[in-house]
Parts: sequence; structure tokens; C-alpha cells
Amino acid sequence: MTLEKIKEIRKEKRKELDLRINLNADTKEKHILVCRGTGCTSSKSPKIIENFRKILKEKKIDNVRVIQTGCFGLCAKGPIVIIRPEDTFYAMVTPEDCEEIINTHIIEGKKVERLLCKDVDDKLVERLDELNFYKKQKRIALKNCGIIDPENIEEYIAFDGYKALEKVLTSMSQDDVIKEVTDSGLRGRGGAGFPTGKKWMFTKMAEGDQKYVVCNADEGDPGAFMDRSILEGDPHCVIEAMMIAGYAIGANKGYIYVRAEYPIAVQRFQKAIDQAREYEILGNNIWGTDFSFDLEIRLGAGAFVCGEETALLESIEGRRGQPRLKPPFPANAGLWQKPTLINNVETYANITKIILNGAEWYSSIGTETSKGTKVFALGGNVVNIGLVEVPMGTTLREIVFDIGGGIPNGHNFKVAQTGGPSGGCIPAEHLDTPIDYESLSAIGSMMGSGGLIVMDDTKCMVNLAKFYLGFTVDESCGKCTPCRIGTKRMLEIIEKITRGAGTEEDLENLEKLAINVKNASVCGLGQTAPNPVLSTLKYFRDEYEAHIKDKRCPAGECKALTKITIDPEKCKGCGLCKKQCPVNAIVGEPRKAHKINSAICIKCRACVNNCPFKAIS
Amino acid sequence: MNKSCNCGEKTSELDGILSKYEKDKSNLIQILNEVQEYYGYVPTKAQEEISKYLNIEMAEIYGVITFYSRFTLKPKGKYNIAVCLGTACFVKGSEKLLDTAKEALKIKEGETTPDGKFSLEATRCIGACGLAPVFTVNNEVYGKATPELMKKVIEEYKNKE
Repeated sequence: MTLEKIKEIRKEKRKELDLRINLNADTKEKHILVCRGTGCTSSKSPKIIENFRKILKEKKIDNVRVIQTGCFGLCAKGPIVIIRPEDTFYAMVTPEDCEEIINTHIIEGKKVERLLCKDVDDKLVERLDELNFYKKQKRIALKNCGIIDPENIEEYIAFDGYKALEKVLTSMSQDDVIKEVTDSGLRGRGGAGFPTGKKWMFTKMAEGDQKYVVCNADEGDPGAFMDRSILEGDPHCVIEAMMIAGYAIGANKGYIYVRAEYPIAVQRFQKAIDQAREYEILGNNIWGTDFSFDLEIRLGAGAFVCGEETALLESIEGRRGQPRLKPPFPANAGLWQKPTLINNVETYANITKIILNGAEWYSSIGTETSKGTKVFALGGNVVNIGLVEVPMGTTLREIVFDIGGGIPNGHNFKVAQTGGPSGGCIPAEHLDTPIDYESLSAIGSMMGSGGLIVMDDTKCMVNLAKFYLGFTVDESCGKCTPCRIGTKRMLEIIEKITRGAGTEEDLENLEKLAINVKNASVCGLGQTAPNPVLSTLKYFRDEYEAHIKDKRCPAGECKALTKITIDPEKCKGCGLCKKQCPVNAIVGEPRKAHKINSAICIKCRACVNNCPFKAIS
Repeated sequence: MNKSCNCGEKTSELDGILSKYEKDKSNLIQILNEVQEYYGYVPTKAQEEISKYLNIEMAEIYGVITFYSRFTLKPKGKYNIAVCLGTACFVKGSEKLLDTAKEALKIKEGETTPDGKFSLEATRCIGACGLAPVFTVNNEVYGKATPELMKKVIEEYKNKE
């Protein structure tokens, strides 16, 4: 397909899809957008689409289309349905609600009030852009997510898709592209924050007859799902960016390494590749130029360490994913020892926008050292769980409270955890830190890939450190001793502490060991594995000490150290706790104070959570 | 979906999988992913065939299988219950879901019930954090789960064929 033809499609399609982004569009048509991200798909959004289409057909309504889109971001309110151009936002829709939406909204022209979303201030919100959740966000990487049908290349083309590639192939030299990326200030979004332009330049300068472009989509940080959402919601923007990277460094072949645990992302990305080939965007001598490029998916198989770039290369080559010693860096000796450029999904997702809008525009967003935006997967004890994209420099408080809606169930904020098993905990005293790469490492955490888990005051920090260490012990590849054995010994010490058998010497040893593992490990996994321990020790040493000296878990999470009792003053003898107890540890006559037999109690806290009089603690 | 085959003798399906790939060593993990998906584990017979096809030593294939958590050497149960232990689910109490399942099935994580009906695993983030805590039974996702839901779901599957 010629470039002219692509331009024609863009023009035609853009007109047709105007009502998607132009909320004042003068049209009788309506588009019902239904989220088909992993979260909403799990709560039956495919059935919602099916029902809508069936009802529209039955009622012979032909000016309304039903479109599957990627993630809208507000996963907590899923499945989400949005009707454009009026931008009506319906939350937690079930397949049974479709009929009412068609009858009331489409036919009668009224809102279905019971499905409108309630904001955190209890205000009923009719339109998406009125939600507090979206007010402070700026969508660059997620620009198309929730707007286009990811399985339709023409919808991507309509919204400036493959226009950046056109610009690059028709009017920019390799060095121009690299300069634009360098000047934008974009840094790697996978975690470490290496300047992207520099990486591109190193790979371009490296000598080699064959070079490769790789996309790291092995999103292993548990609780992070931004890369998956981009692949599910806008796969073509990653293909286009990889092609631009290929042009810039002189590569004609790309690989994307995706977790096999992301079936929807894999399937959509494959479909996108197939469509790009069909439209002759991927292939030989693209649009009559000298540039050729093709792309292949490689599936991961469940190893966290493969997110480390050299381990990922080993895995693409079909071996155990064990990291290589650096140098040489992949820019010089990567895939099959050839010069290889590796970037993360979110990094690529920024590229097309930088090329189209210019480095100056991009670098005007963000802080001195960190430009642009960052996507965070907001999760844990926060009201608005979901995907948020904010300018660098936004404070944690804004993300957790203004966008996230704060902490549910009347609890207080305790920490926010960024960077997953490689990151650290940020306590309330640092809530006003503007988020960027430097400020996060200065307070003992790291940007990481963008998982941001909020925890309330019921969480024990020692138990949390144990959780993360358990993860790294499982995922350590075994190549180097500090990581393989060091993390295991650290975990044993923490387990001892949570059992109530810890000593003050253990705490000293734990700290020493943590520093040794950090300094002596081969790759990023081992070098960062002690971070959750070090940061909780830094901010919550008193909790460790309470476990050791007082044999007490202040948050009440470490089962061995808790004893659950019923306050006889408050207990009304309703018997609810007795019914909830899975091991029959509670005894008592009706309307008289009950008692818990500690010898039988397994400390599941079912009784604590269900006592209407808050008599159990 | 998982076709329970305890022998791995159905080589015609295996041939079908192998023939999709070039005889290139870098395809090992791709092939293993398909074999795992098809049989529910990687049978020894399949390992032998892959070894011949790609000209890779059996020991190396074993090394790869045991390195990646997605590959297993034993068949999983007809119903594989996977409890997400990603951070978002952990914070929302997924450990209790795992405990409940262990109790109800009388097996530990990574094990299969003697009748081959259930297997239990603790899995890392499946990315449905908005629904945390979650568990899956084969490909069905159960979100905002409670120990009560876990008990109920297990009972339902116990009564199924």
C-alpha cells in the first residue's frame, strides 16, 4: 500500500471518528466504547459488547456503533462503558444493563442515573472529564488507550498513526531522529532511567552487519500493568516506535519479548503485526524507501529476571534467562552478539509523540532531570485503583489523594511502595516529594517500572519486607552467590523476626547482609533486592524492634505474634464471631461475653473483621 | 486448553506444533510454551522429540524447563486454581485465599490432588489489579475474592465432572 493511500485512509477515517475526541461533534451517530482491557474483560465486558450489538440489531438502530477499546484507566469502576460524543461515563456495567442503556440513553436520550459514576466526594459524575481521577492526568503514552479499537489499524492511522514514521522516513536523517529523542530528555521507563537518546546513539555507532531492535515487555513487577495496557490498548504505537528506532540505528529486524501470562496483549500485538504487514507498513522497502523492517513476538515463560536486559536476550535466544556480565553492553554485543537496542514498552510509547510534536514540547513537561510523563499502576489500599499518567514532578500526595481518592474504609495512609521488589517504601513524611528518578532514589526507593502500591495502617512493614524477599528468593536466577544465597539468608532472618525469635544481633546482620548483597550482585535483580528491607529499616525500625524486643507485631499481621481477644465489656454475645470462626475456637452462651481459645485460634481475623461492636482485637 | 495426556505418546499433535517452527535453537521456549499449553505439562516423550528436532541436549532442555515457572514436568489438575500473590493482591489479603484453598483441597501450592482433579499454584501478578485480590480457575478470573468465595467456587468444581 502506498503512502498516498495511507494518507487517504487517515483523512477519511479521521472524519468518521471525529466524535471520539470532539465532544461537540455535530452528528447523529454515537459510539459506545467498551473497555476490553484485562480487568474489564475479566468482569465480562466481551458479553457486554455482544449484548449491545444484539439489542441494536434487534431494534434496527443503525447509527450507533459498539467499539472495543483498551484500558480507560479507572479499573476499580470496571467494566466501563463510555458513550461518545456526549462522553457519558457508565461504571460497573453488567451484561444485563445493556438493554436499559439502549432504551434510556440511546432511544429516549436520558442518562441511566443508577449507572453513573460517583466521585470520591459523592458527587454524581456524568462525563469522564469531570472525574477527579482524570483532572490531574496528562496522557501521552496512553493517548490512544480507550479511544481507538486496538484491533483496527485504520483507527490507529486515523489518529495520526504512522505519521511519525512518515515524517522520519521522508524528512529526517538517522542523526536527526536520535537528536530529537536526545533533546526530548526521554529516559528509560523500565526502571533505571537511562537516557534513551544516548542508548540509540551508542547502538547506531556500534559496528555490525546486522543490528536488532528489542522491546522489553516482560513486565514482571507484581502490581504493575502499564506495559500490558499499552500493548492491549494501542499496539501499533509500539510497532511504529520500534520501526523509527530501527531506522535510527540501522536495524531491519525487531523482537518484542512479552510475558505469556498476558494472553490478550499477545494476541492483539500479533494481530497488529499481521495488519501492519497487510498494509505493507512492515516489510521490505517501506513506501518505496530503502528502509525495511519486520517484527516478531517472543514469549516469556514466567521468570522475573528476564526483565533484566541481558537475561532477556538469553531468553530470546532460547536459553535459561541468566544475565550476562556487562560490559560489553547490548548496544555493542546483544542478541546473537550483534548490536542491539533494548527499550521498554512505555519508552517506545512516547517516541511517536516526540517525533510529531518535537523535543521542545516534550521537554517542557516534567522536572529538570526527568522529562515528560510517567504512567503508574495505582493499586492496593486506595479508592481509585487503576492506571494513571502524570507529568514528572507530580507529588505522591496528588497521586494518592487527588487522583487516587485516598485510603478507603476509614484507614490512614502508611506507605506507598514504588519499584516493586526492587524499590522501597515511602512513608507519609515524604508524601510531598515531587516524583522523578532522582527524588525517588534520594528517599530510598526508585521509579521502577511504575507499580505504585498504597498501604494503609493495618500493614506490617516487616511482613512486607518478608513478602518481597520471598519473591526475590524465588526469582533469583542462581548465577551469582550474593543474590542466590544472600537473599535466602536475609529471608531466614526476617522469618525468624516475624516468628518472634529475632535478636538485636539479627537486625545488625540483616543490615550488613543487605548492603553486601546490594554491592556484590551481578545484575539489577540482586543489586536492588535488599531495597525493601533497607527502606523499611530506615523508616520503620521501631516496628522491627517491636517484633524483637516486645515480641509484638504493632500492625497485628504477623500471626505468630498476635493474640486475638474479646473485650468482655464490649461483647454483646451476638454469636456472629462464633459463626465466622472456621476452626470453632470461639465459645460462649448467647447474650453473654464470648471467649477465644488461643490454642485453637489460627488468627485469621474473620471474627475481628465481622464483629459489629468492635469488641475483638 | 489442557488436554490431559499422561503418556505424551500422541506425537501427531506434537509434530503439528514442531512443524510450525524452523529448526532454530532459539525457538525452544516458544515450542515449550505450546507443548505446556497443549498437554498441561511437558511430557518426557515431548522433550525427546524436541531434542531431536532442534538438536539440543536433553539436559539443556531440562535446564530450561526447570528455570521457567510456566513449565511443569508433572500434569496439572483438571482444574488449576491459581491465587495471585502479586503485591496489589497480597496487600488485599490474597494469602488468606491461598490458605483457604490449601485447607479445602488438602494440598500445598505446586501440588495436585490425588484424583488429578485440582492443582493449586501461587502465581505472580496477572495484571487484574483493579479486581484484587484475584484467583483463577483455568482461564476464569474471580475478582474481589474472599475466602468464602474460594470455598464456594471449590465446592462448585468438586461437584462438576
